[in-house]
Amino acid sequence: MDNDDQGILWEVFIQVKAGRPYKHIGSLHAYDKVMAMQSARDLYTRRNEGNGIWIVKADDIVSSESSDGEAFFDPSNDKVYRHPTFYKIPDGVKHI
Amino acid sequence: MEDEKKLEEFQQKIDANIKIEPKDWMPEKYRQTLIRQISQHAHSEIIGMQPEGNWLTRAPSLRSKKILMAKIQDEAGHGLYLYCAAETLGVKREQFLEWLHEGKAKYSSVFNYPTLTWADMGAVGWLVDGAAIVNQVSLQGTSYGPYARAMVKICMEESFHQRQGFEIMVELAKGTKEQKQMAQDALNRWWWPSIMMFGPHDSESAHSNQSLKWKIKRASNDELRQSYIDKTIEQGHHLGLTFPDPNLKFNETTKHYDYSPIDWDEFWNVVKGNGAGNKLRLKHHIKAHEDGKWVREAAKSYAQKQNLIQKSA
Repeated sequence: MDNDDQGILWEVFIQVKAGRPYKHIGSLHAYDKVMAMQSARDLYTRRNEGNGIWIVKADDIVSSESSDGEAFFDPSNDKVYRHPTFYKIPDGVKHI
Repeated sequence: MEDEKKLEEFQQKIDANIKIEPKDWMPEKYRQTLIRQISQHAHSEIIGMQPEGNWLTRAPSLRSKKILMAKIQDEAGHGLYLYCAAETLGVKREQFLEWLHEGKAKYSSVFNYPTLTWADMGAVGWLVDGAAIVNQVSLQGTSYGPYARAMVKICMEESFHQRQGFEIMVELAKGTKEQKQMAQDALNRWWWPSIMMFGPHDSESAHSNQSLKWKIKRASNDELRQSYIDKTIEQGHHLGLTFPDPNLKFNETTKHYDYSPIDWDEFWNVVKGNGAGNKLRLKHHIKAHEDGKWVREAAKSYAQKQNLIQKSA
């Protein structure tokens, strides 16, 4: 395969409409940012799927490990008082 | 044993319809099956551009040329979504291409048939894409997350492909005697290859059971094939064309269409590389890849140079 490759892997995020969050849509190969952006437009927004694109090198993404997911997210389990349903509000009190 | 416990947990996740993601533990055979299936699917999209590219310069109108170009561009996109999904399993893009060029990886045999007339663009869109859609709609529910997500996107885009193919058939079928004959001839040649796209019968399909258990596949080859046939026959009646199978008739008991036995010798002959287009398709892909080498090199060295400039600035 010598030195011939398909470029590096980038992850693509699309904003469907102004005001909405950017969501992961897929990945692509490109050699630099400009090429990645052009390819992302051609590959993922051929039918007006978005009005904004974010691209990030796949190598630069830090992600949680699914194998220790339970332990990692455990601290949120015993703090039920973070949810509004934890609190008792007297009958008749509105808009709270 | 650790592995058996993991395997059991894995199956529980599958049974609960929880998608498997790239970093999750998975049985090696699950990974290998997906690598084979997704890359084969990706190669099919890319090789599938060739029989259609054959008619780009000879499309009968500017309208049909624009549509055909858009369709071929979609196929390229679908190939790329799928390569990316396959890469999440730990194999590099370059490796997939190498396996294809060495003949170690397959693509759908249907693309080894030639596209002889413009009516073939109609029949390919209607029948080949139609069969592919039946398969892909089912695969939207596949257990591997990246594959399922790619399928959802592909299915959204693919429905125009089948409609544009059917439109070509409609135009020809209501045209001159010669045009109708052309449409009939294309239907005659593409009907059986499209039926064979679903692969061997369930009783002969080596990987099927395990794939269904792991929900890589969500329906068996024969189930998908029958669903395709039932749908397509009805559509064909609107065209006023006949299907090249004298035994095709609605079975009141099963509520499905019966069809003649499939010529599996023909199927395996094409799979094994003796179809009209096998050598041509691969040769063309290798040539395009090699011809593009200087572009990749130029893009890469440009990127490296830009990096250096940025660092020194």
